[in-house]
Amino acid sequence: MAVKKMGLKQKYAHLTRGLDWETSYQKMDDVFPYDQFEGIKITDWSKWEDPFRLTMDAYWKFQAEKERKLYAVIDAFAQNNGQLNVSDARYINVLKLFLTGVSPLEYQAHRGFAFTGRHMRGVGPRIAAQMQSLDELRHFQTQAHTISHYNKFFDGIAEFQHMHDRVWYLSVPKSFFDDARAAGPFEFMIAIGFAFEYVLTNLLFVPFMSGAAYNGDMSTVTFGFSAQSDESRHMTLGIEVIKFLLEQHPDNLPIVQKWVDKWFWRGFKVLGLVAMMMDYMLPKKVMSWKEAWEIYFTEAGGSLFTDLERYGLKVPKYADVATEMAEHISHQNWAVFYQYTHAAAFHTWTPDKEHLDWLSEKYPNTFDKYYRPRWEMWAKMDEEGKRFYNMALPQLCQTCQIPMAYTEPGDPTQIAFRCTEWNGEMYHFCSDGCKDIFDDEPEKYAQSWLPVHQIFQGNCGGPTVPDVLNWYRLNVGADNMDYVGSPDEQVWNSWKGKAPAEAAE
Amino acid sequence: MAQIASITLYQNDEARPVMEAILQDNPTARVLNMPGAVKIDVDDELVINRATVEEKLGSEWDPQQIHMVLISMAGNLDEDDDRITLSWKH
Repeated sequence: MAVKKMGLKQKYAHLTRGLDWETSYQKMDDVFPYDQFEGIKITDWSKWEDPFRLTMDAYWKFQAEKERKLYAVIDAFAQNNGQLNVSDARYINVLKLFLTGVSPLEYQAHRGFAFTGRHMRGVGPRIAAQMQSLDELRHFQTQAHTISHYNKFFDGIAEFQHMHDRVWYLSVPKSFFDDARAAGPFEFMIAIGFAFEYVLTNLLFVPFMSGAAYNGDMSTVTFGFSAQSDESRHMTLGIEVIKFLLEQHPDNLPIVQKWVDKWFWRGFKVLGLVAMMMDYMLPKKVMSWKEAWEIYFTEAGGSLFTDLERYGLKVPKYADVATEMAEHISHQNWAVFYQYTHAAAFHTWTPDKEHLDWLSEKYPNTFDKYYRPRWEMWAKMDEEGKRFYNMALPQLCQTCQIPMAYTEPGDPTQIAFRCTEWNGEMYHFCSDGCKDIFDDEPEKYAQSWLPVHQIFQGNCGGPTVPDVLNWYRLNVGADNMDYVGSPDEQVWNSWKGKAPAEAAE
Repeated sequence: MAQIASITLYQNDEARPVMEAILQDNPTARVLNMPGAVKIDVDDELVINRATVEEKLGSEWDPQQIHMVLISMAGNLDEDDDRITLSWKH
């Protein structure tokens, strides 16, 4: 008689229940030393359920198939000189920022989930975290592999990992993950699994990868969506974590709420880099940052937090401030990079008339009033041979490490400053959200490695800008400065048969 | 305001039968086309039935194959051998 094949639920139950055991040679508390100090109370680990019910055999099968597809595309892209078919060489700067700023975070996530998977006492989350750890390693590798093709033709790509550890603006995403990985396993799960993967990752990957598709970058859209198919599994893990913690014990609610508030705010600040990519760096635009925020935070986040109300969880603190900032953040960020183009490992430019008109249309409440005049002034100064560079090192926010360039809620003409005195020292912040995070754990954030402080302390290669850029391994005159006049522009124009004068027009 | 259950799929031939099945089984579905991706929204609950996908595809389909064409989703997920549900209902 033929044995009946097991159903999905049955297979998953065997994997996540049958294979676990209580240790007897060592105490369970010694084997799992980190899952109690954060104050989270778990009464029954077996209540954990992975809704995808993915078993290891299915996991390997699907992942192998995804890889085969992706590498077929990467191969075809390289053989057919796909770099010739992107919309414009300005687009490559998106990849530079992505590879230096985001891909190393995938590796950090790989390590973080490996640690978390090891230290969760329940086997369900342990398996889910293990799969996610493998996914994140795959993402890092496929991103480095895909973008390596562009490295053959364009500047600013080769030293991405070295730059990630040193360059001033890259300390923003780097410190975000360092912060999460320096937390306990439950906070890490809420930080990365819930706040980043569930609430915010769509904003990073969906419109941005759709932008890659629209700008002719077949290889990036393929790795992006291949990664994103794993991301959906990560999102279910994130939402499962939060429901599980809130169902396990009422004492968990205030702890979880604090983490949700904190990591929403931290993530929102990091994603300002994506806002700038979408509004300023994609030559052909898919949607504005504000539109993406409306779809993926206001609408999707709204549904999610309505659902979580039944546990008493509230919408993250300062979500209203973040939504107001969606009208400003991309404009303020691109302005920072424009002023500091000499110290950035990608090219900048002023938006042309068509682009300015698009921004005016997408940001009717703010762009013409606050930002368009500034771009027009800077373009005019450039024409007159007085291109504006900001040579002063900026003050940084102690928490998010972003230069203090953001404006007050309700008043976009006033730079926001907050400060706290702690242990005889003064600490500075860009917002109430960042100040609250510091005030809650000053011992942690007083230790932040702030790039500007480190330069002044003599830890970054020397006292002058060229010393520091050399320490970054930034190839001056090629990796940095405006796109117009760059070697990237030159190579692009030679492919397209354009004269430099025509391009400079 | 209704809570939105949502799924985002690849814009390709592999995903098309899944998308058609969703549109057939969820008559109030709304579609947002993006380059390379398609987002489908339904108020409160979105269902994907294996039988409908198989009918569109003309061959067998395991709901776990959704992993090959999935980009993103919203809603509490439940999956078994016959259907995938994304829902905000309790």
